[in-house]
Amino acid sequence: MMKQEKHGLGMSAKRTISNTIIYIILIIMSIIWLAPFFCIVFQSFRTESTWQVGYVIPQKWGLDNYKALLDSSFVDWYKNTFLIALVVCVLQTIIVLCMSYTLSRFRFKMRNFLMRFMLVLGLFPGILGIIILYRVLADMGLTKSNAVFGLILVYCAASGMGYYISKGFFDTIPMSLDEAARIDGATRLQVFIQMILPLAKPIVIYTILTAFLGPWGDYVFAKFVAFNEPSGMNTAVGLFTWLAPDAIGRKYTMFCAGGVVVAIPVTILFLFLQKYYVEGVTGGAVKG
Amino acid sequence: MGKSEKKKKNSNGLSFAKAFIKGDIFTKLSAPIFGLGCFVRGQIARGVMLLGFEALFIWYMINYGIYWVSMLPSLGLEGPAKEYDSFYDQYVTVYHDNSFKILLYGVLTLFLILAVVYTLMTSVKMSYTAEMKKKNGQKVDKFKDDLKSLVDEKFYKTLLSLPCLGIFLFSFLPIVFMILVAFTNYDGAHDGYITGLFHWVGFDNFKTLFSSNGGTGSYFKIFMSILGWTIVWAILATFTNYILGILVAMMINKKGIRFKKLWRTILVMTIAIPQFISLMYVSKMFDKTGIINGLLMTNGFTKSQTVYYVDVDTHTGISVSPEKGKKLELTAESLTSVLNGETPNLAAKENEKLKAKYTLKENKTLDSYLKGNELEAFVKEYGLKDGGVLISEKVYRPLTQAPIDFWGTPLYARILVVVINIWIGIPYMMLIATGILMNIPADLYESARIDGANPFQQFRYITMPYMLFVTAPYLLTSFTGNMNNFGVIYFLTGGGPGNSKATAVGGGVGHTDLLITWLFKLTQGTEASYYMASVIGIVIFVIVSTITLIVYNGLGSNKNEGDFA
Repeated sequence: MMKQEKHGLGMSAKRTISNTIIYIILIIMSIIWLAPFFCIVFQSFRTESTWQVGYVIPQKWGLDNYKALLDSSFVDWYKNTFLIALVVCVLQTIIVLCMSYTLSRFRFKMRNFLMRFMLVLGLFPGILGIIILYRVLADMGLTKSNAVFGLILVYCAASGMGYYISKGFFDTIPMSLDEAARIDGATRLQVFIQMILPLAKPIVIYTILTAFLGPWGDYVFAKFVAFNEPSGMNTAVGLFTWLAPDAIGRKYTMFCAGGVVVAIPVTILFLFLQKYYVEGVTGGAVKG
Repeated sequence: MGKSEKKKKNSNGLSFAKAFIKGDIFTKLSAPIFGLGCFVRGQIARGVMLLGFEALFIWYMINYGIYWVSMLPSLGLEGPAKEYDSFYDQYVTVYHDNSFKILLYGVLTLFLILAVVYTLMTSVKMSYTAEMKKKNGQKVDKFKDDLKSLVDEKFYKTLLSLPCLGIFLFSFLPIVFMILVAFTNYDGAHDGYITGLFHWVGFDNFKTLFSSNGGTGSYFKIFMSILGWTIVWAILATFTNYILGILVAMMINKKGIRFKKLWRTILVMTIAIPQFISLMYVSKMFDKTGIINGLLMTNGFTKSQTVYYVDVDTHTGISVSPEKGKKLELTAESLTSVLNGETPNLAAKENEKLKAKYTLKENKTLDSYLKGNELEAFVKEYGLKDGGVLISEKVYRPLTQAPIDFWGTPLYARILVVVINIWIGIPYMMLIATGILMNIPADLYESARIDGANPFQQFRYITMPYMLFVTAPYLLTSFTGNMNNFGVIYFLTGGGPGNSKATAVGGGVGHTDLLITWLFKLTQGTEASYYMASVIGIVIFVIVSTITLIVYNGLGSNKNEGDFA
């Protein structure tokens, strides 16, 4: 009895030490992970100079940078990004859900071929296709100042390839549910809309969230399609031009302010829907 | 899908040959005249659609298709040429064939022909099915039935048609096109229309990539060095994130650790913020003028250096020296104003004089430096190189301390991208690992503890094997994803610092360039070399698919064991 107690004490002391170490590590990590974001917020309120400086806390605080944003092309970029993200979010969600539901529920001749085909297609670097897409879009007049429409088209068109995670989720909903409803006389369409979709709420929200975040932060496609035309840029492409060597001296603090304005809506969205995002990410990783 | 299911399908499936041979005259004639069989058996709507498609196809082929396909072997005969225009009485450039469009629409037409062949077979099969049904006295499907089946048994066709068309046009076709481009000389100087036609060159581009002519600067050497770094980077990026992410998840999940939700939320917050913002910002933090260097300098972690001062002399223009006397200190603001054409701290009169005498060395005016983006040259010429940092075209900041050039030193840059990638990647891995760790049967640890295993041994022999088993597919996709991790490299370093050996190859290769960023660079600007980009794209595909195949086959044998199931 005595011996056991002594042993127990040793354990608890050991545990206290190890927990303390873990707390220290976690606190340091939190600082490292959050520091850049605090920096960017502080810098966005700095008004004494517009270039990079070697200190974090501004000497003169003010909203100058945010005011300057309103008079710059940033307004266009923000509008573009918002419009693109909103439209793509709706269309892509529909496409991805159709695709994944079909591949999960139906057994048809081309099914395996289709899945393998998309797998192989996905191994090609997507950037490669942009060259041709750019020229085709340019022929259709959907680049530069009309880049928004071109981008919506490009983002939505091939979005069926991203069916994987939601298909994994649909697979977990028992097929017997479908069959029971079908026996009761429901068509496939009714089964999909009235039964499966409500059951798949977490993955539907995950799909919406990722469909919104994708175009919100895309750079490569947007850069190609805007082709140096400021009115056709999205925020990623536009803000990056402010960090170019010939602009950073004048625009650095504005970049910080712009970054904050871009990050706020998605961060709020994200924190509310965090649960669903985590579910999607973990589900996707485990199923591979 | 079992074998029996497959067999069933085959017996149900109707082959074109059987339908064609066994069918009556109308079924046979459904091959040249689409939908004829359908008309005869009263399926008018089907017949109209099939026949309409055929008519449309013939119209298209006569007007366009034949031209595109016939030009495909040559990719255009007549390029842009100067021709005499009698109306304007001058020579104007006239554009003829367009190689780009020939290749694009030629390929598209070939696919259309395939689709027509398929429709031909469908037409015959449909006719035969209807024929058989009539013979057996069954009801022939009407158009209404077809529509109804599209939301029911054939609902998948409705759901898939649009997404698949999108994938075909916007993913598959571009890739086919770019694979073909690898066998042409399509580049900035041969864009197929305005600057000149491009044509087939066979395997020349592949030979260029794999030839070692030109010693250390050859395509092959540069390619190998980029490939080497790509693989090193992918391994480092994947496994550092993987192991550290699991460790962080374990720390947060450990019994007795409080505020679990808070720690998790702090990390997840960083996922919420668009990656391009965090990457761009962090990249600038490590700049010579960034906050990191600022903190290092103010705290004396860096070496001190000479500051140069600029002397504004009304006779000789601007000169720079390391002495501080009557001379003007070159601060950011003063140089800005000097370069803007104003002279700081001088009387207006003298200012006027100075403006008239912007004569610099070699009779260059300040304006000429600025126009040609030559401020860097100006600064170097005036000995400012070591004394400060060019913040922008117009702002130069003198520094009394020498900043660490993180992004200008290959080794630092490479270490930093890996470290920053850990910062980016740990939250994701933490999320994934958290879910899985909770599923590890607790009794495994219990029995290990009874056997006297220490925490490290538990990690080594229980946690890691379990994690590896469950997340192997994720690890694979994460590895191939990192090989093509465009964002991190592009936003942090842009591929730099530049590799001076790589001057002979296109794209301006740097020490942190991955194959994918090199590919991207090759598609930029007027000197773009699309064909080399395509060749590299194909090489990336071959590498990634080989790795995927090997690992999947390895996984296949593993999965059967079901150690932890």
